[in-house]
Amino acid sequence: MFVADRKLAWSLLGAAAIGALALMPARAEETFKIGLIVPMTGGQASTGKQIDNAIKLYMKQHGDTVAGKKIEVILKDDGALPDKTKTAAQELIVNEKVNVIAGFGVTPAALAAAPLATQGKIPEVVMAAGTSIITEKSPYIVRTSFTLPQSSTIIGDWAVKNGIKKVATLTSDYAPGNDALAAFKEHFTAGGGEIVEEVKVPLANPDFAPFLQRMKDAKPDAVFVFVPAGQGGNFMKQYAERGLDKAGIKVIGPGDVMDDDLLNGMGDAALGAVTAHIYSAAHPSQANKDFVAAYKKEFNQRPGFMAVGGYDGINLIYEALKKTGGNADGDKLIEAMKGMKWESPRGPISIDPDTRDIVQNVYVRKVEKVDGELYNVEFETFKDVKDPGKTKK
Amino acid sequence: MTSILTNLFDGVAYGMLLFVLACGLAVTLGLMNFVNLAHGAFAMAGGYVCAVLVNQMGWPFFAGLPLAFVSAAAIGIVLERLLYRHLYARSHLDQVLFSIGLVFISVAAVDYIMGSQRIFINLPSVLEGQFDVLGVGIGRYRLMIIVICGLLTAGLQLVLARTRFGSRLRAAVDDPRVASGLGINVPQVFAFTFAFGCGLAGLGGALSAEVLGLDPYFPLKFMIYFLIVVTVGGSSSITGPFLASLLLGIGDVAGKYYVPKMGPFVIYTLMIVILIWRPNGLFGRTAAR
Amino acid sequence: MSAPDDVGYHARRHARWHVGEIVFWVLALASAFLFPSRYLVMTDIVRLGLFAMSIDLILGYAGIVSLGHAAFFGVGAYSAGLMALHGVVTEPLLALVLAGCAAMLLGFVTSFLVIRGVDLTRLMVTLGIAMLLEALAESFSGITGGTDGLQGIEMQPILGIFAFDMFGRTGFFYSLIVLFVLFLLARRIVHSPFGLSLRAIKNNPLRAAAIGIPVNRRLIAIYTVAAFYAGIAGALFTQTTALASLDVFAFERSADLLLVLIIGGTGYLYGGLIGAVVFRMLQEVFSTITPQYWQFWIGVVLVAIVMIGRARLHRWVLFLPNLLIAQVAGRKAAVAIPEGEGQ
Repeated sequence: MFVADRKLAWSLLGAAAIGALALMPARAEETFKIGLIVPMTGGQASTGKQIDNAIKLYMKQHGDTVAGKKIEVILKDDGALPDKTKTAAQELIVNEKVNVIAGFGVTPAALAAAPLATQGKIPEVVMAAGTSIITEKSPYIVRTSFTLPQSSTIIGDWAVKNGIKKVATLTSDYAPGNDALAAFKEHFTAGGGEIVEEVKVPLANPDFAPFLQRMKDAKPDAVFVFVPAGQGGNFMKQYAERGLDKAGIKVIGPGDVMDDDLLNGMGDAALGAVTAHIYSAAHPSQANKDFVAAYKKEFNQRPGFMAVGGYDGINLIYEALKKTGGNADGDKLIEAMKGMKWESPRGPISIDPDTRDIVQNVYVRKVEKVDGELYNVEFETFKDVKDPGKTKK
Repeated sequence: MTSILTNLFDGVAYGMLLFVLACGLAVTLGLMNFVNLAHGAFAMAGGYVCAVLVNQMGWPFFAGLPLAFVSAAAIGIVLERLLYRHLYARSHLDQVLFSIGLVFISVAAVDYIMGSQRIFINLPSVLEGQFDVLGVGIGRYRLMIIVICGLLTAGLQLVLARTRFGSRLRAAVDDPRVASGLGINVPQVFAFTFAFGCGLAGLGGALSAEVLGLDPYFPLKFMIYFLIVVTVGGSSSITGPFLASLLLGIGDVAGKYYVPKMGPFVIYTLMIVILIWRPNGLFGRTAAR
Repeated sequence: MSAPDDVGYHARRHARWHVGEIVFWVLALASAFLFPSRYLVMTDIVRLGLFAMSIDLILGYAGIVSLGHAAFFGVGAYSAGLMALHGVVTEPLLALVLAGCAAMLLGFVTSFLVIRGVDLTRLMVTLGIAMLLEALAESFSGITGGTDGLQGIEMQPILGIFAFDMFGRTGFFYSLIVLFVLFLLARRIVHSPFGLSLRAIKNNPLRAAAIGIPVNRRLIAIYTVAAFYAGIAGALFTQTTALASLDVFAFERSADLLLVLIIGGTGYLYGGLIGAVVFRMLQEVFSTITPQYWQFWIGVVLVAIVMIGRARLHRWVLFLPNLLIAQVAGRKAAVAIPEGEGQ
């Protein structure tokens, strides 16, 4: 039975060689390190890429030195799998001695890293995941993206006020989707609206047609939609194909479905869809115009709300470090982040000192054609919206 | 009642699409006995070629479709000559390793070149929307899918059953040694068949962009569906996979419509039951391996 | 020497411990002290190795292919997670065994479906079972937490003494010990008459049946055992990461598993372990170099492995050691190209 031995021998050798390469001990330098954990592969990859792009852009614009410290971003791919997130976060904290962990494309990923942030006393800056509970899981979590109840409650109120009586809902069956649905339902029915059909679709879902047929048969005034960023295009295409637009059924929802980086691909079917969201590439401020122009120039595509989450996240870290005068202590950084206010491309935003969640304007927008391209044009603003998921308590 | 018919229509369209996507795999797997898990990569290639031609170079959609076929077939023949043909005699596990490797390469390469966001192909307005026939909503695009795929299926069946090439192929599959003894150039027949299967997948990829969405993870996401079509249908004929595709398409649509929460359930239960009942697929002839 | 003696002689020789094996385990233990900062990755490798060993038991020894082995991994993971979450069984070691048994039960029940049919059918039936379970776990989100997975799992100390720490030290040693114990068991199984009969079945089921081996019963038995192993791997996953989400059932997990085993080679128990080391290390290296496109390079490596052929790879890798052996020991190279690779 030499075979086993031989196989063993060669494989051991190979493994040892690769192992030595991979397990090389990390170096420690006088830098400020940010561990960026985002999905760069898998279905959520575009989220990670937008965040990564935005951070690169920000660092290009603002330099990589803050308060005498050199900023270094270490990018890790977690493929949106929470166990990989956790491994990556732990390695970053223990081996790379990062000062901040950031990113987190999906809720389970952000939650998986939470205990590590607490134990390591490392700020965790959530740049994408949008479930309400995240910031409650660790005193070191700060969020620069948004929460779904923020936008869903607003659209619920708006729908009631604007003569929409009957709504069918279509939401992806996971925490953000359920958050969005619950928040919308509460506000919409409180205002006298009626939910005529409620469908939860699986997260990995190739074809919306049958669900949409169900929506159509329920004959509502509008469809409330939440699907994760990236699937919106499919939804809108089939919405139009199914003739829901012609049947006079409107699309309303939080803005994820009308993500800016996909909007142009949806075609004219998207025209007239009303969504409430925190960011539109058409936001008429100078800060946003500069941001959009710079982003387009650098990466040849339009930034979406994920990019803005990343852009604001890195800004928050920069500003906090300035405020502490270069002190990288986790507690000090978190203290500095609390209550921070600044003008983001999306409008004025701040970090709630009590919940460490983001406070921001929510805009009601309608898809219109501007210069031959589709944009979410804002027409109503709700100022300084806190996360309703928490203010309730 | 009308909603049943609409669902049936949708299901048939979906099934037809799956068939065009998967029938190349039925050929490689069933006829050439090669486990090509990278089949979806050819579909993706066709889809992206069509998207680039139509969206960026302004070609009309109907001109993009044949090009999707041609380019996927071309990639197929190149890879077949360079790589695949060395592996026909290898074990299935090696083939799995190899083809999954190809999938990874294609996913990352497309991600690098085209970006990871989902893309769509600009359609002519003729194909948009739906019209009603006696209250049954008929999507124009889906109707086109049914027409194209139906014609293709009929054509394929004719080619296989009636033409000289068809009989050569069937001979080459039944017994490669005897076939080559009769003067049939078996490697050539296989290469051509492989390329044709890839081309069909490419066409399917271009057609499916509108319905299923096209992103770099396409080959991974739909690998399972292709495999279901081939195993349930049995890989000894083309009718088997065709009917299996229709069954899968209709089952999927109906499952989602009537029991939205249990959608995937319906498909997999159906598959397991069928495979337990007929281990060689619904229309399998013999225990091939 | 009569034929039965001959068989017995070879069987005993196979069963004996080799130097290489001892070196392997010493190295495994040593790695814990050599790389104290990489416990999590190493734990991941140990889990993956155990999982791959599980599929080696059915693929390498009994010839059953499976694309749905994650079903058992997932059941083990969720069982361990639910037990910890609801405080049913708080002692991790006991919970581990129970979770393994849950997976084993599923393995036993489904084995009747799996032993029917040819390779392709088996692939799809196993895959279907895993997907079915994933769909179930997603539907019953009240119990499983749906797509978000189980949240708030807190592990109690092992045997009430060793608490899981943030750096994964306890987790690693715990996993390594479990792996070693299960490896010993697997080694015992495959070298027993039972294990030999499995090989006979793999080589030729008809002939095996003809010499009086109860083919189906043996296959059911080994499939059930393998399910137990996979369940343990899944439970280790949950216990060491305090996570359990839908991806434990994912097709990718089963597919990766096959890759791991094929890379390492089937049918000698170490294949899964070595494959796990190589595969995870490749992932580590490539995803450090290029977090976006590491899959590309993994793909290139996989294609290269197949195209070059394992035999030739072995020869290249072993060129230097062979030279050394020839020089030092002054004898003909003890290491040659193995035949009959990867079936």
